[in-house]
Amino acid sequence: MSGYISNTGADTQEMLDSIGIKSTEQLFDEIPEEVRYCGIPDNSGQTEKTELGGIPGPMADMQTESYIKNLAARNKSAEKLICFLGAGIYDHYIPPVVRHMISRQEFYTSYTPYQPEISQGMLQAIFEYQSMMCSLTGGEVCNASLYDGASALAEAASMACRATGRNEVAVLCSVNPEYRKVLKTYAHSGGWTVKELLPAICSENDAIKRYEAQIDHGIAALIIQSPDFFGYIEDIKAAAEAAHSSGALLIVTADPLSLAVLEAPGVLGADIITGEGQALGNPMSFGGPHFGFMTASEKLLRKMPGRIVGQTKDKNGKRCFVLTMQAREQHIRREKATSNICSNQALNALAAAVYMTAAGKSGLPETAQLCYHKAVYAYNKLLETGLFKPLTDRPFFKEFALESSIEIQKLNAVLLENGILGGCDAGRYYMEHKNVWILAVTEKRTREEINYLAGIISDNFGNKSGVVFPWN
Amino acid sequence: MELIFEISKKGRRALEIPKPDVPGRSYRDNTEDATVNPLSGSIPSKYLRNTGLMLPEVSEPDLVRHYTALSDSNHGVDSGFYPLGSCTMKYNPKINEDMAALEGFTGVHPLQPEETVQGCLELMYKLEKSLSAITGMSRFTLQPAAGAHGEMTGLMIIKAYHDKTHPRRKIIVPDSAHGTNPASAAAAGFETVELKSSEDGGIDPDALRALMDENIAGLMLTNPNTLGLFEKNIREIADIVHDAGGLLYYDGANANAIMGISRPGDMGFDVLHLNLHKTFSTPHGGGGPGSGPVGVAARLEPFLPVPAVKYENGRYSFDYDLPDSIGKVRSFYGNYGVAVKAYTYIIRLGFEGLKQASVNAVLNARYLMQKLAGVYELPYKRSCMHEFVLSCTFMKKYGVSAMDVAKRLIDFGFHPPTVYFPLIVKEALMIEPTETESKETLDRFINAMLTIAEEAEKDPELLKNAPHTTPVTRPDDVAAARKPVLRYI
Repeated sequence: MSGYISNTGADTQEMLDSIGIKSTEQLFDEIPEEVRYCGIPDNSGQTEKTELGGIPGPMADMQTESYIKNLAARNKSAEKLICFLGAGIYDHYIPPVVRHMISRQEFYTSYTPYQPEISQGMLQAIFEYQSMMCSLTGGEVCNASLYDGASALAEAASMACRATGRNEVAVLCSVNPEYRKVLKTYAHSGGWTVKELLPAICSENDAIKRYEAQIDHGIAALIIQSPDFFGYIEDIKAAAEAAHSSGALLIVTADPLSLAVLEAPGVLGADIITGEGQALGNPMSFGGPHFGFMTASEKLLRKMPGRIVGQTKDKNGKRCFVLTMQAREQHIRREKATSNICSNQALNALAAAVYMTAAGKSGLPETAQLCYHKAVYAYNKLLETGLFKPLTDRPFFKEFALESSIEIQKLNAVLLENGILGGCDAGRYYMEHKNVWILAVTEKRTREEINYLAGIISDNFGNKSGVVFPWN
Repeated sequence: MELIFEISKKGRRALEIPKPDVPGRSYRDNTEDATVNPLSGSIPSKYLRNTGLMLPEVSEPDLVRHYTALSDSNHGVDSGFYPLGSCTMKYNPKINEDMAALEGFTGVHPLQPEETVQGCLELMYKLEKSLSAITGMSRFTLQPAAGAHGEMTGLMIIKAYHDKTHPRRKIIVPDSAHGTNPASAAAAGFETVELKSSEDGGIDPDALRALMDENIAGLMLTNPNTLGLFEKNIREIADIVHDAGGLLYYDGANANAIMGISRPGDMGFDVLHLNLHKTFSTPHGGGGPGSGPVGVAARLEPFLPVPAVKYENGRYSFDYDLPDSIGKVRSFYGNYGVAVKAYTYIIRLGFEGLKQASVNAVLNARYLMQKLAGVYELPYKRSCMHEFVLSCTFMKKYGVSAMDVAKRLIDFGFHPPTVYFPLIVKEALMIEPTETESKETLDRFINAMLTIAEEAEKDPELLKNAPHTTPVTRPDDVAAARKPVLRYI
């Protein structure tokens, strides 16, 4: 037995007697012989030899640990490298209280809180999460989480189509390419279309023209990211005016940490605000699990996907919390539901709530400010090397893009040899931006690390006789 | 209980933020005045936050007490029996949690160079191989984040397959199916055709045959189904669908009944999803994260999401070169941390252990069914697999409902079973004990259920007012939906 099963041989026998069968094999009498995989264990637990390949084990606990630890040791984590890589996932500090609180078994081993009497803990925690996210984003209603930033954006686009009765959305090419890829997958199956608006990188004046480019198309929503994939802060107010002038909604996907210092998109006119919540207390974990958040204006509440917690009273008049507005959901509406989502990322949203509570009203803006100042410091340090050029003078938050005179792959390879995880190679996603390097600088990076980064680049690529730019 | 905002006090804080070691105005200079944005003067003011930020102000001990108190009012699998039907609330081994929390996994960025993440890729590759072996499918993607996400992905693959030759836009879904099935079909752009269950709770091959035509893309099936019954005619069903050019989708929500016993691939299924958070022991997290890997038969491999993981010349890498791929359904590679937990479970148990898990899951369910069927109604008189459905209609005469029974079970320390599902059974209680419960626990549950059946007759008010032991009881759902209060202001 595995250690996770309590039935002893005697228990099994008693249960079989009570059922009125002779062996555990008879438990499977209803399964026709032709679809049985192999021999069924008899009472003694013996099985016929199988030829099921591909499954290691069984292993004792101790062996299991060494096996998995050995795999983990074959990765180089950001604890061992100096991470300047972002592009949607960031190396932020996570206070220990976050892991301690989400490791309470009452939270992490529970199911969706469908039985409110024994789920008040999770329900209230989600209610508090919804409240914090509404304040942070300027939305009026918030759901209990979606899978990730990309699918949350796709759900928002689908929601905008339902709300407006239109079937095309326009998305700026400065939105994270992974998100746009997911958006197209959802659009294809949902029966709506995605129009991409170029250019990906532009000046502030051109940014506004880009918002206006969609006006005559009768679209359901204009989708922007702020700060965008390259780090630039978008003019959400101008985008909202442009979208609303054509009866479209404005969807903003945002870095939640940036909103501690940047104006809430909802206040600036965004109708739906989504994003990747990883930056709030969730480790990078090779891309998941994290969570997607979604807030919106109140008039869109009934179009929202996912679970929502509401406050009510119990029969004794006591304040309590329940899953509400369930008439939107798949277990009630089936094919007419606003989304098919069932399991979400509740524990990751809980991590975010604990993180926001730990950082608090002053700590979250302070953290955001630290990111900003360090990013500015790194930006200047890299420009000083003479090997990079800014793409525009638009303001950024914790991430910025530079045009490089060095081939990005080569640059990152040299940095990796020196223990640095370099920035994102924009050429991976944008044919037209082959020499663009996107760096993220979080509060975890120190002045020494940034100086070291600039130093390694100068030492390896600097030209003592003066720098020669390909563009000079 | 007080909300975190209600225990906040201006000036309290838990996290100490380091002082800046780079130039820039110190936040200490201006956070004294909360109305001044710390970045004013740096970023144009039109972009800066002027709106107040309603976040808690508490010390670390306040924080820990608050969340600990919240957790105290939540029932988890570690707290006690959780026989929630179709949710497979089995024990979540602690070793899984520790392995997924290893810094070598949590500290890895998804866009790191492949040579720095060989361990991550190897685990993905081997998990995929294991799941293929368990289910009899050809290849898997780990990208879908949950069961419903897997359903949507699988249906997109079915759609893409048909679009290559002759587009088909209808999917058959039995009336006993999980709600996500028709919802996922709609999300994937299909029209749903409902198939009525037969007298014995299964699929009637003739009824299915009558629905098949050149517009039917496929059939979604859970096997064992939501009544816990195995579709005995599965091979005939598969033939009917395949002969008409359709494909078979397997909803893996109930796969805990069949590991090592029967494989969907051998039953004739073309696409399936598994719920790692059910069958493979990863925790449900109060609603998530889950993980819904999708497996396909060989002919559907070209349509899987990108990237796939490949192994060549002793090196693991991502393969984005799949021209017929449906694209991406989520960023990066799925809920990777959940995959680590599931793989830990698989190697810990091995094939034999997984099979024993299914055997004991079915044994426990059958034992419970046997003991309860005499008192509660068993709508379909067949042998169940890992779960079964009872009906409480006989209590109607006392004014007692299935929900009342569920609520009363809480007083006995049990999480209630799934209620009012599947929809084809009136006053349904859907019970799934899982393999990790002991006979003693099952016996206590049986006693509680039998006691409640007596109470229903003798003291129905006791049930109608249950639970009696919880901090709150019978919240007003109607008021919650009529005048929604969805955030603290």
